[in-house]
Formats: sequence, structure tokens, C-alpha cells
Amino acid sequence: MSLPMAHNHRFCAPAANPPPETNERSFVKLRRIHTRGYLNLDHQFDDAAGEAVFDATIAAGEKVEPRDWMPEGYRQTLIRQIAQHAHSEVIGMQPEGNWISRAPTLQRKAILIAKVQDEAGHGLYLYSAAETLGISRDELVNMLHNGKQKYSSIFNYPTLSWADMGAIGWLVDSAAIVNQIALQRASYGPYSRAMVRICKEESFHARQGYSIMLALSRGTEVQREMMQDSINRWWWPSLMMFGPPDAESVHTAQSMAWGIKQYTNDELRQEFINQTVPQAQYLGATLPDPELRFDEVTQDWLIGQIDWEEFWAVVKGNGPLNRERIAHKVRAWEDNAWVREAATAYAAKQAARRVEVSA
Amino acid sequence: MTYEIPELEGEERAVATGEAVGEWPLWEVFVRAKRGLNHVHVGSVHAADAETAIQNARDTYTRRSEGVSVWVVPSALIHASDDSAAMFEPFEDKPYRHPTFYEIPDEVGQL
Repeated sequence: MSLPMAHNHRFCAPAANPPPETNERSFVKLRRIHTRGYLNLDHQFDDAAGEAVFDATIAAGEKVEPRDWMPEGYRQTLIRQIAQHAHSEVIGMQPEGNWISRAPTLQRKAILIAKVQDEAGHGLYLYSAAETLGISRDELVNMLHNGKQKYSSIFNYPTLSWADMGAIGWLVDSAAIVNQIALQRASYGPYSRAMVRICKEESFHARQGYSIMLALSRGTEVQREMMQDSINRWWWPSLMMFGPPDAESVHTAQSMAWGIKQYTNDELRQEFINQTVPQAQYLGATLPDPELRFDEVTQDWLIGQIDWEEFWAVVKGNGPLNRERIAHKVRAWEDNAWVREAATAYAAKQAARRVEVSA
Repeated sequence: MTYEIPELEGEERAVATGEAVGEWPLWEVFVRAKRGLNHVHVGSVHAADAETAIQNARDTYTRRSEGVSVWVVPSALIHASDDSAAMFEPFEDKPYRHPTFYEIPDEVGQL
């Protein structure tokens, strides 16, 4: 990725780390004694010493690991971000799952199933990472279901044609890759490692999407129109995936000081635009922005105004499908309750039998 | 996918308590990438028992043939060192345990 490395944000004045609100909150993980043995601590951290080690770790560009002392704000920011990321992967299965039964060939169908399975896997890597911060899977699932934690707004848009499978893979997953490549360097070890794993798999997603678009671009007039219509609908929401402009991005400075983010929203968005415009040109497609132009000085493709009103409306829950997505997720969870209960009952029965045999 | 959903005014920050009511137990997953290599920790899965934990670990961590063998261990059974203490400090001042500590004349040849 050719991001402007000259602005090295590590050397921007870091915002002061907020002190832990209370000691009790800092040791959430202590209460998880029966869930994750290696997180149990039989010692109390000295806050001052812990903070010094944390600051030195961040300054050296090294990773923070689950058992380390960390500022409460760092922990909460990571829980929020990793949970949103995990929920996005999980909800992201719905728009694509919508087309599995209508894929145009058996091969495209097998590929789409594999991709949707990957999204489930990505969600699980991320839940696993979030759980190292002292939040339980139960809590994460509940907070998605009751709306206390969000997922990416991009999944609140409908998939109206087969071309949308191409647009999601090519545009949405490429945008995700730009973001996730940067996050591979995030300062929290488990998050960074999940990103490395995800990035390896994500390029398959982007390429299979572009391959769908290529096939349509070489097809009939109707197929080319289907492709163009899909691009018209997904281009702007894909650009919105990077979040509000830097000037309005209140947490960016703190996240950068903590090494969670490496680049600003606008930097990442520009990177995505620059790589995507030539790809659209190759398809013979038009990006729906009359103001799109190349700046010879900066060598950047410049875009017109993003409709931030639409962005905020979707974030606030008023996108085309916000309610349907969550309702579907909750329904699936409730319909599958019997599977979870049956597996638990079976495990208990087997364990009891083992005790009997060994007695 | 993307995750940076901006905080809305008045948004309630979810507070993690770690409380778990109905979830299946947690298992740490170790994968052997190929014969001749150690099993390496890759993450965790939830499952009701060891058998389904292995199935879930396979589906989650080896979809592209990343493994030829999987171990799962109940997460609660793992004990860890106190990394904040000077646990490993005694080894930091003993460079003579490494072969490179010793200067051997070139004439001596392979040693």
C-alpha cells in the first residue's frame, strides 16, 4: 500500500491517556476466572508501573498482549472497535447469502458459499480477539441484538441483482482490505493477528468480485447495464465505509496515539479511490460522480461531495435495511436455540457417562 | 469489512463485565501446519465438548488447508506466567550461553 508514510503519526502530539476510571474497572478480566485461565491474574498491577510499561510498549511499536496492564480507555476503545468489526462480518453474510440460491453457475455458487463461510470465520476470529479483553461472547451477541453495538452501515443496503455480488466483492471488500491492511499493524496483539489472517483471505473476496464484474462487462448490453446500475448504487456507500472526514473524526487522534489506527479516514479513503478508479475504467464503467477528476500535482483522483446526511441517517438506524438485518439475525439465533441446548445436553450426558465408567 | 462506526452523541458505551450465562465453554485452538512442525496457538472457539470444539476449530481455522492436526484445550485450564514481574530477567545478563559470545580465531576453522 503506498500511503503517505511521510506523515508519521506516531510523532504527532499524542492526546494524554485518560487515567483508569476506577481500579475495579481496570480489572474486568479478574472476574472471568472460569472462562479463560490465562487471563486470570493472581497479582494486582501497580497502575503507575503498568502505565509506564504500556507507554514504552506503544512507543517502541511493540504489541500489547491480553495480560498486560492497559488504560481503561484503550480497553474500551478496542472492545468497541473489534466488536463492531466482528458484527460487521456476521451481518455481512446476509446481503450475499441472499444470492447463493440464485448464482448463475454452479462454480459461482460454490465460490459465493466459500466467501460467506469466510465472513463467518472472520467474525469468529474477531470475537475471539475481543474476548481476550474481558468481554464474553454472550455479551457481544446480546449487544448486537439489542443495538448497543453497531456494525458497518454498508450492510444496510439491499442486494438487488447478481451484479451486486460483484460490486460487494470488488468495492466493499477492497475498501475493507485497505482498512484492514493498515490494521494489521494495530498495537493490540490479538487484533493485529486476526487482521493478518483476515487479509490473507480477503484478497480472494475482492478478486472473485472483480471477476464477476469482468464477466458482466464482457456480456450483453443488459448485463453491462446491470453492472453499471450496481456500481451506481455501491460506489458512494463504499466511500462512506471509511467514516467521517478527518476534521469531524473525534477519536482518530487518540486511536493513533494508542497505535490502534495508523492512518486517518481520509488517507485510507483516498488510497481506495486511487486504486479503484483505473479498475472501473478497465471495466468500461462510469463512476457516478461528475466531479471525479485527476489531480496532476498530487497524483490523486479527487471526488465530489459525499452525502454525509445519508451516512448519518444510516448510522442512526434509518438505512434501507437496518431493522431487517437485526431482525433476521435475532430470528436465526432464536430458531437455533434448540441446537445449542441439545449440544450442551449431549456434552453433559457424555461427561456423566465417562465419570460412571471411570468409577 | 469495516468497523469504524462513529460514536453518536449520547451513545451509551457498552460496559464489559465478562458475565456469561448461556455460552458454550471456551477452548484454545492449536494447529499443526504440517508434519514436522509444532502445534501453534491460533485463537479460540466455543463448543459444548471437545469433539465439537475440534470440528469448530477445523471449520474456523483450517478452511484453506492451514493444518494437518488440531488440539483444543479448555481455556480455563491454562495457567500463565506473571509477565509483569521479573520472571525472565535472570537470563538477560548471561550472553555467555550463546555461541557468539566466544571469539574463535579463523584459523581454527569449523567449531
